[in-house]
Amino acid sequence: MYLRTGLLAAGLGLAATIAAVPAGAQTPKRGGTLVYMIPADSPPSFDGHRETTFATVHAAAPFYSVLIRVPPDNPASTTEYVCDLCTEMPKPTDDGKTYTFKIRPGVKFHDGSTLTAKDVGASWQRIVFPPQGVTSARVSYYAMVDKIEVPDDNTIVFKLKFATSAFLPALADPFTWIYKKEILDKDQHWYEKNIMGSGPFKFTSYDVGQAIKGARNPDYYHKGQPYLDAIEGIFADKQAVRVDAIRADRAAMEFRGLPPSARDSLVKEAGKDVVIQESDWNCGNIITPNHKKKPFDDVRVRRALALAIDQWAGAPALSKIATVKTVGGIVFPGSPLAATKEELQKMAGYWPDIEKSRAEARRLLKEAGAEGLKFELTNRNVDQPYKFVGTWLIGEWKKIGLNVEQKVVPTGPWFQAMRGGNFDVVVDANCQSIVNPALDTGKYLPKSIYPESYGDYDDPKSAELYNKMLRESDPKAQRAAMRAYETHTLDTMAHAIITPYWFRIIPERSYVKGWKISPSHYLNQDLANIWLDK
Amino acid sequence: MTVTLPNPAATAASPQDTLVPKRTAWAAALAFVRRQPLGTFGLVIVVVMFLAGGLAEWIAPFDPEENDFAAMMEAPSLVHWLGTDQFGRDIFSRLVFGARTALIVGFSSAVLGGVIGLVMGVASAYFGGWFDLIFQRVLDVLMAFPLIILALAVVAVFGTGVFNVIIAITIPLVPRCGRVVRASALAVREVPYVDAARALGFSHSRIVLRHMVPNVLAPFLILLSAFVGQAILAEASLSYLGLGVQEPVPAWGLMLQGGAEEYATTAPWIAVFPGLAIMLTVLGISLFGDALRDAIDPKLRDR
Amino acid sequence: MYRYVVTRLLLAVPTLVGAAALVFVLMRLIPGDVCVIRLGAGSHGNPGAIEACRQSLGLDNPLIVQFLDFLGNYFTFDFGTSMWSGRRVAHEIGSRLPVSLQIALMATVIAVLIAIPLGTISALKENTWLDHIVRMVAIAGIATPSFWLGIMSLVLVLDITYLATGKAWMPPIDYVPFWQDPLRNLSMVLLPAITVGYRYSAVTMRMTRSAMLEVMREDYIRTARSKGLLEQIIVNRHALKNALLPVVTLIGIEFAFLIGGLVVTEQVFNLNGIGRLFVQSVQNQDNVMTQALTMLVVTVFVLTNLVVDLLYAWLDPRIRYS
Repeated sequence: MYLRTGLLAAGLGLAATIAAVPAGAQTPKRGGTLVYMIPADSPPSFDGHRETTFATVHAAAPFYSVLIRVPPDNPASTTEYVCDLCTEMPKPTDDGKTYTFKIRPGVKFHDGSTLTAKDVGASWQRIVFPPQGVTSARVSYYAMVDKIEVPDDNTIVFKLKFATSAFLPALADPFTWIYKKEILDKDQHWYEKNIMGSGPFKFTSYDVGQAIKGARNPDYYHKGQPYLDAIEGIFADKQAVRVDAIRADRAAMEFRGLPPSARDSLVKEAGKDVVIQESDWNCGNIITPNHKKKPFDDVRVRRALALAIDQWAGAPALSKIATVKTVGGIVFPGSPLAATKEELQKMAGYWPDIEKSRAEARRLLKEAGAEGLKFELTNRNVDQPYKFVGTWLIGEWKKIGLNVEQKVVPTGPWFQAMRGGNFDVVVDANCQSIVNPALDTGKYLPKSIYPESYGDYDDPKSAELYNKMLRESDPKAQRAAMRAYETHTLDTMAHAIITPYWFRIIPERSYVKGWKISPSHYLNQDLANIWLDK
Repeated sequence: MTVTLPNPAATAASPQDTLVPKRTAWAAALAFVRRQPLGTFGLVIVVVMFLAGGLAEWIAPFDPEENDFAAMMEAPSLVHWLGTDQFGRDIFSRLVFGARTALIVGFSSAVLGGVIGLVMGVASAYFGGWFDLIFQRVLDVLMAFPLIILALAVVAVFGTGVFNVIIAITIPLVPRCGRVVRASALAVREVPYVDAARALGFSHSRIVLRHMVPNVLAPFLILLSAFVGQAILAEASLSYLGLGVQEPVPAWGLMLQGGAEEYATTAPWIAVFPGLAIMLTVLGISLFGDALRDAIDPKLRDR
Repeated sequence: MYRYVVTRLLLAVPTLVGAAALVFVLMRLIPGDVCVIRLGAGSHGNPGAIEACRQSLGLDNPLIVQFLDFLGNYFTFDFGTSMWSGRRVAHEIGSRLPVSLQIALMATVIAVLIAIPLGTISALKENTWLDHIVRMVAIAGIATPSFWLGIMSLVLVLDITYLATGKAWMPPIDYVPFWQDPLRNLSMVLLPAITVGYRYSAVTMRMTRSAMLEVMREDYIRTARSKGLLEQIIVNRHALKNALLPVVTLIGIEFAFLIGGLVVTEQVFNLNGIGRLFVQSVQNQDNVMTQALTMLVVTVFVLTNLVVDLLYAWLDPRIRYS
């Protein structure tokens, strides 16, 4: 869907989107080592259940299996899930409240032991109901889960408190690696520093802060895979090095996403030797005014902030310099639950006529007595796209007479400012893995319900609209409920401003085949279907 | 207490030599140009930068903070002499305004760091004893301490405004100045007229300010000129780590940070011109500073 | 002499404790902590996770307890466990030290090889065009932001190899120790060492020049001249030897700075060294690691200063201890 050739991409986004080459067009070749960059410093640990950083996934996902996942050959799908360790995707029973999975027989861990439903059960138990002293980062995703049962060695059953469309996508989360029960029973923290799974590659070595290596797992259960003999991930957090490395073929690719300038320079310098894949990204920067600080408690001021921004002109321009592209509302633009352009244009901040919009913004400011307002925009010390978005916004706000200074702070102080409510307006981010709008939009709930909603407002109406949407199983009705929640959040109350969604640009050496881009840098990272055409 | 190292600046000017023979200003200037062609070159650069920074509003053809998405990353042309950056802002205008930021950061940090160091250094030398001992340890700590931690703490606590960046850069300059000044002041302390002043019962502050400070001014001024260049460079380094002045304020280090990382090959003018501006300015200041040292240092002058 | 050494060592203690206190306080002034950074983005509805993390790392202990722990660790050479990776600090630093040391040493060698001959020539030919050129090159080395130089030189290497061979080349990006694969090791380390060494040589060269100029005006050189000694002998035997004193001082001090100063260069060339670890640990607010690294830098600095001073006193009898 989003695959484009490098040469076309040279036209700075003017290139036409062409259909993906069918997967069976070439027969995969066996062998070779894939060297790829991990655009981060070494992750805090290898325990996927505990960590939230993609660095953990990019380093260790090839060593593990999961229960279900997005289809590796069509990871861009936002609605389709397939089995990894299970034998077939179940139909829910009990009014959509019970899911029963059969586990693939004969799967071997890398230590030679057999993987059974007990291991799957123990791992999921740890993720959903972590024991004392164990941190599970995604407990809240599984708030609908009532019980996990393992009736026999081949079966695992999830019982839910209520039926919801949010369950399956949550189950396909890429961090939910299956660990060995015996090891967990002995030491719940063993997996933080050690690696032992049943994935396509066996862990061989880790050089702290430098590189992680793996070798082909000959006993892998997906027949014929993996194609590669070995993998090597090199940690490098500075972008210039990574782009240079791909150009000089020190590494074949990286999986997070590079800015347009990197794509343009690689296409210019490496030409045919580099292929570009691009996709909208299930991440976006949210501009959150602090409702506890005057005058941002005034909905007129918040609306004015939104109305000042020319999203429709800004997005295409920004897409030439920053990792953002598509204008959207609170739902990822690729999802069926997302607003259409017409629906968006009815809300503050998306009006088609920017002059009218800015006039309204000025009027509101005047009415609220906040003309020429001076405030700080707290931003994170990350170039792409945080600081680009921030700089753009400051320019937009200047056009309605606002005087904004950008306060850039490192990650820790940035989190702390948001959590402590110590900011005027902040550039926050909402970055999710599996596209799961029902859960992803929890970010806009009041803080009392969702602790990471940093605007710090109380709004019972918002919670009511959200719950209606979450529990709605009819797709059409759910979509309508989502619109009501969205309009309330962005237009009526102007709790937050959504800036253009991030845009993933992945350059790879053209000998790399088989890997497909998805809307998230967390997804599809087991590398089993990659092969090298050398 | 410690072995006094012959710092070049400190040993260059001994206290007795600060009296400059009377000459007409014009002749002195001419002599300077003749003896110090490099220094003159440096001076010219510094003057040009001052003019640019001071008259930025009149020189710059565009608003340095105005985004123009119709003119992103344009190559140098008749309209945009040095091209435009990623936000379509005129690079020449940003460089001109950036000169102001650089000079403000450079001179404020240098003067602030220098003056604090001067006062502490002279006081330490004058009072001696425990005061000196403690002061020396404080200087040691500051001297050995990694700049990045200081800078990060200042920025994380107060944010990244120009003022905070100046503080972050100033702190490590203090001990370097304090050291040199103390060494020079120690030499002055033993000179008879300071003893005489003390015997006459002059107040501490009067002795320090009237008698000691003037005599350490020569090494101090030389040091100051070096500090200005170092401060401008420090700002660039902080920018590279994301701890410097922030967008959309026009600042060279900031322009370089994004530019060098991302556009070194696709739009090299974004990366090259701010780099050249920093290099030229620091070069100019250093050349001028060297010449100044030679001119003030009588041993060199009389040769 | 012996008493002097002891005094100096004793005086280093308050400096070290002062630095320890400073880094301790600064790290805690920064809002947020390692737990917020690690879990901040993903502990939805699970605020207990951050609390639990703080507890397990001892971040909720009274500050004085934390500080005494840290001091105790330092003076017993046990640096504790990294708050970020949960690995031993000594292990983490140990695995990164070789890269940084190798670059620092190579840069020093490069600097000395370039700086001393050029500085001497520059001094002997004072105010000639040769002197002007050498000084310009030297000052340009000091005036260029090192990260810019690094990035640009990488791009240059890529472009040149591309034009020459049709295939862009860059140094390897993962470190191999010299004794394992000397060629690969050198091809990785050479460019960063030159980038660092250039600036280093510029500083050293200027010092050599001014020290030489000063020495050449000393009475004993005049005497030597008046005795009709060959200029070359005067320079080599008498002048250079004495002029090297301040130069040695500078090299020593700069070397100590270098360890902490590799921060930017290691980032640019993706070297997994101490400087990069430093930036990471500061950004991750890994207090234990940051404190250990700061103390390492400070200790190296203090010791180098001591050694340089002693060396200096030993070489130059005019210096008195007091």
